[in-house]
This record gives sequence, C-alpha cells and structure tokens, in this order.
Amino acid sequence: MSNNDEVLVDVHGVDRVFRRGSEEIHVLQKLDLQVRRGEFLALMGPSGSGKSTLLNLIGGLDRPSSGTVAIGGERIDGLNDRELAAWRARHVGLVFQFYNLLPVLNAQKNVELPLLLTSLSATQRRDHAAAALEIVGLKDRNTSFPSQLSGGEQQRVGIARAIVTDPTILLCDEPTGDLDQKSGDEILSLLQALNREQGKTIIMVTHDPHASARATRTVYLNKGRLLAEKPE
Amino acid sequence: MKFAGLVWSNLKRRKLRTALTILSVLVAFLLFGFLGAIKQALVGGVDLSDANRLIVRHRVSIIQMLPLAYMDRIGRIPGVVSVTPFIWFNGIYQDPKNFFGSFPVDPVGLLDMYPEISLPAAQRKAWLETRTGAVVGRGLVDRFGWKIGDRIPLVSPIWPKGGASDTWEFEIVGIYDAGRKGADTSGFYFRYDYFDEARQQGKGSIGWYGVRVDSPDHAAAISRAIDNEFANSPAETKSESEGAFAQGFVQQFGDIAAIVLAILAAVFFTILLVAGNTMAQSVRERTNELGVLKAIGFSNERVLGIVLAESFVIAALGGILGLALALVLVAAFAPSLATYLPGFFLPPKQLVAGAGLVVVLGLVAGILPALSAMRLRIAEALRRSA
Ligand SMILES: Nc1ncnc2c1ncn2[C@@H]1O[C@H](COP(=O)(O)OP(=O)(O)OP(=O)(O)O)[C@@H](O)[C@H]1O
Ligand SMILES: [Mg+2]
Repeated sequence: MSNNDEVLVDVHGVDRVFRRGSEEIHVLQKLDLQVRRGEFLALMGPSGSGKSTLLNLIGGLDRPSSGTVAIGGERIDGLNDRELAAWRARHVGLVFQFYNLLPVLNAQKNVELPLLLTSLSATQRRDHAAAALEIVGLKDRNTSFPSQLSGGEQQRVGIARAIVTDPTILLCDEPTGDLDQKSGDEILSLLQALNREQGKTIIMVTHDPHASARATRTVYLNKGRLLAEKPE
Repeated sequence: MKFAGLVWSNLKRRKLRTALTILSVLVAFLLFGFLGAIKQALVGGVDLSDANRLIVRHRVSIIQMLPLAYMDRIGRIPGVVSVTPFIWFNGIYQDPKNFFGSFPVDPVGLLDMYPEISLPAAQRKAWLETRTGAVVGRGLVDRFGWKIGDRIPLVSPIWPKGGASDTWEFEIVGIYDAGRKGADTSGFYFRYDYFDEARQQGKGSIGWYGVRVDSPDHAAAISRAIDNEFANSPAETKSESEGAFAQGFVQQFGDIAAIVLAILAAVFFTILLVAGNTMAQSVRERTNELGVLKAIGFSNERVLGIVLAESFVIAALGGILGLALALVLVAAFAPSLATYLPGFFLPPKQLVAGAGLVVVLGLVAGILPALSAMRLRIAEALRRSA
C-alpha cells in the first residue's frame, strides 16, 4: 500500500444544474471533494441534498454542468457516452439500495453480467463469478434466483457483481437502506472487510449514523455544499 | 453470442406473452405460406402455358359451341401445325360434389399436343383400341381409388346419353402423370368418336380447339388469321395464346394476386402491432433493469442490440415455425386438393420472401422500443425504481 496517499477521486468546482421546465435546480454548487485510494468514505446529508447526484458524477453515470471530475488522474467529465460506458465497465462497481439484480438471471449469471463486457472466456467468467460469490459468502446459492433470496442475500449478490471486475472504486448508494439492522450490519462488515483486506476504495451514501461509523471518514452534503462536520 | 443467454432469459420472463406473440407471428406466416400456395395454384397455369399453343373458342363465350368442320379449315391456315378439339363434358360421378374436369377428345391429337399429359405407350395403344376407354390423371385415380380396368359411370347434365340409360360408362385404360412440375393430373379424357355417336344432341359440334403453331413469334398473327377466317360466320371465333387464356381464366376470380397481397398486408400490419406492442411493453416494464445494464457499462448500442435481438428471435421463431408448418400442411393437403387446385405447392420464391419478411418484421417491431431503450438516461432509469 505504498500509494495510500494518492488522490483517487478528484472532484473540483462541480456544479450540477437540473432544469425542470423553466425552473433551474442547482443541486451541487462549486463542489470540491477529494478521496484517497483505500479510503472508505461515508456521504451523508438530508434527502434531496444531492448525494446520489454526486455519486453519479463520480461513477460516470452523469456529467457535471461545469467543473471537473478526475478518477485515478483521468478526466471523465469530457468523455462521450460510449467512452463513459467503457470506462465504467473497467473502473466502477455499483451497489444499489434496491439491489437491482436481474430477476430473470440466477445469482451466478447476475454476477457474470459485467464480465460479458470483458474478453474473458465462458470458463473464466464462471470462475471469477464463483470467486466473487465466495467472498460474499454465497458460494452455494449460485443457482438461486433473486426472488428466492432474502434482501441481505440479494445485496450480497449485488456486491459480488460490483467487485467481480475488480473495479478501481466501489460506489454504494444506501446499500443498507432497505435492510433490517442485522442484515445491514452484515453488509457493512462485508464492505469494511473489502476496504481493509483488499484495499478497495469505497464511497457509500447513507442516512444511517450506524453505517457511517464503519467508514474511515464521513462528509456531509448540505444545500449543495460539502461539510466535514454534521450541520446543525 | 455470449449475450444470447441474456436475450433468451428476457424472453422467458413472461413466457405466456412471448409464446402468444410467437404464436400470432406463426399464424401470420402459416397464412402467408398457405395463400402463397393457393395463388401459385391459381396463377400457376399461366406459367405452365406453352407459347406454341393457342386456344380457339367461340367469340361470345367458351360455353358456346363451334362446328367440328372448323378443324380442317384451321389446319389449313399457314403456320398451324396441328389442331385438336375439346368439349366440356361436366361429368358427374355418383354425387355432384365429386367434381372434376371431364372431356371428350381426340386421343392422338391430345397426346401429341400436350406433352404434360404423360401416358405409357402401351396404354396409349389400349386407348386407341378401346372405344369406351378413358385416360385419367394420377391425382383423380388416387382420389377415388380407381385402377385400370375399372368401369366408371358418369352422368352429364349437358350431354345426356341417347338410348335406354342416360348414364355414360367408361373403362379406364390409362393413367397419366404430370409431364411437367405443377401440371394438372385431375383430368378425365375419353374418346370424341364414342361421345359424338352416343350424344343426343349437338352432334358435330365441339367446345374449343387447341392449336399448335410453328413458332411463338407467329402466334399473334396466326390468331388473327384464324379469327379472320371465321369472321361474319354464324360462329365467330376468338383465338388467343394459352397464357392469355389462363390469365383470363384467373381473372374470373378477380385479381387473385392483389387480393392475396391485401389480406397479407392486413395480417402483417396486425402482427407488427402485436409484436411491436410486446416489445414496447417488455422494454417499459424493465426500464430499471436496462438502466442497471447501462450503469455497469453496457453501451447504448449494446442495449439497442439486445432489445433488437429479442425482437428478431420472436420474429424468427414464429416465422420459421409458421413457414415450416405451411410447408407440411400444403404438402398434406395437396393430394386432396389436387382436383380443385392442381399445382397447389409452396414455391421456393415464397419461402425466400418469407425469410425476408421475418427480418423486416423483427426489425420494424423492435426498432422503436430498442431506440427508446438505447436513449434511456441511466440516472433517470434508476430513479424510477426507487
Ligand atoms: N434528473 C433530474 N431532473 C430533475 N431533478 C433532479 C434530477 N435528479 C435529481 N434531481 C433533483 O436533485 C435533487 C437531489 O437529488 P438526489 O437524488 O441527488 O438527492 P439525494 O441526496 O440522493 O436524496 P435521497 O436521500 O432522497 O436519495 C432533488 O431535489 C432531485 O429532485
Ligand atoms: Mg439518493
């Protein structure tokens, strides 16, 4: 871990403006954020403060209205749709609040999905997916469909899908938001282990102080700006 | 190919809906094949016609008779190679619904002019030796289970037999096969000399003449010469090439090709709506999933391709099964239809057109939903799930 101090995520002077009819909504304003490689950052803030919007910008799912976003030294704010898609496939693992597994595919096939975009052979895809499922502790549920899994198990499949490509950064939008305390804790432990043992850089949006306590750092988003302290 | 599993899984999501859509596509293509075969049967005669041959009939209508004496006069016109007479006998076998074409003819003239009537030499000889002999097509023989030596009683509403009984009796002395693909084998031919002697009325008159000319290039001029020959006589003639005659015959059913086309257009328009609706629904109900695919790095084009592939699979499964079923059914029905629709078969060009239609259907049904899937904005697609 020689480059632990390296800035992995560099968001600089970012605005994100949404237009709703004639109305302009300034969700993010002149926002700066730096995340170092190996950090586990919790992003908190009231509903509608722009947490998901910020996460989407970092993950290349959206582009800023102005300002720059660089990941691992590479500017992604100027990439076109096709370049961004390829970039996401290579660098980003996404974990969603509602798991967002494909109901028509079993756990194994869901985890293999991102690998379809790589040059791996069918056997390699199967082996990689099996390894990821083993990491999240669901090795023997590989043939189960999402509807046959509990919420916590589905989220673990979601995490396996996010890490199977060994992405540069793991982005989680309220990963425990739909889970009970116990399942939520298991998920947080899993993320923490990925961060500590595998050095994964993680940014996690959450409303839950319990969750942010597992992170290495917490920032607060309020009225379009970032604070290091929880606002009053 | 590695995305095939994903495409297939999506189609299995709503098995019933996918199956019903494939079924409606199947039915459309079945109809496409079947109507194609019917059209082939109706207009096939035009293709089979021989440019060397003319039909000479009464100018007013085919049901009016011409004198047998015209035969020699036509034969003397320059360019005419041979002439042979036909009569529409309208024979009824047991029951009027057992319809088939029956004709008094001159055996030698018929067999020489129509190579599509293929008869073994021994049977030809037997026919010439048997006054009441009849030569029957393979299709008709199979239909009624007849064989050589059988005696077949026919009654004709047009031509009552003179004498004690009005029933004509014929002995089958020959069975002919199609000398050309698609040729009719449902005819019943018997000797004119026997017929003319035994008929009660109209002796010495015939229905129409088949004429062979020395070259197709002369056909039009010879037709005119024949019609001129009989102009201002009590029975004026109308001569035309076999092709034109067959065409005119087909037109009695209206413009079959146009009707078939109109029906098919309506059917395929409906199918397009059905398949298009299935695809649109399928895309709409998994907006979120398509958003997820894009989020994890599937490009817009790839998502477009996946949705289009689903549409193509539906069109291809329905289309191939439908055409295959049409092929089987047409082959199965052809023997029993042989008398009404000789030449009832699915021409290869219809299958090629069907394959083209599969591609068009897959593309047109899928393109709008695929484009809307492609244009989905990830962040919005994902928000809709919450
Ligand atoms: N595509 C969009 N078009 C218009 N407005 C949008 C769009 N996306 C987000 N917004 C608005 O931006 C604001 C921030 O949304 P965002 O989803 O980032 O909030 P959030 O902090 O994630 O909230 P929550 O905690 O409820 O998930 C909201 O007011 C939202 O309505
Ligand atoms: Mg949010």
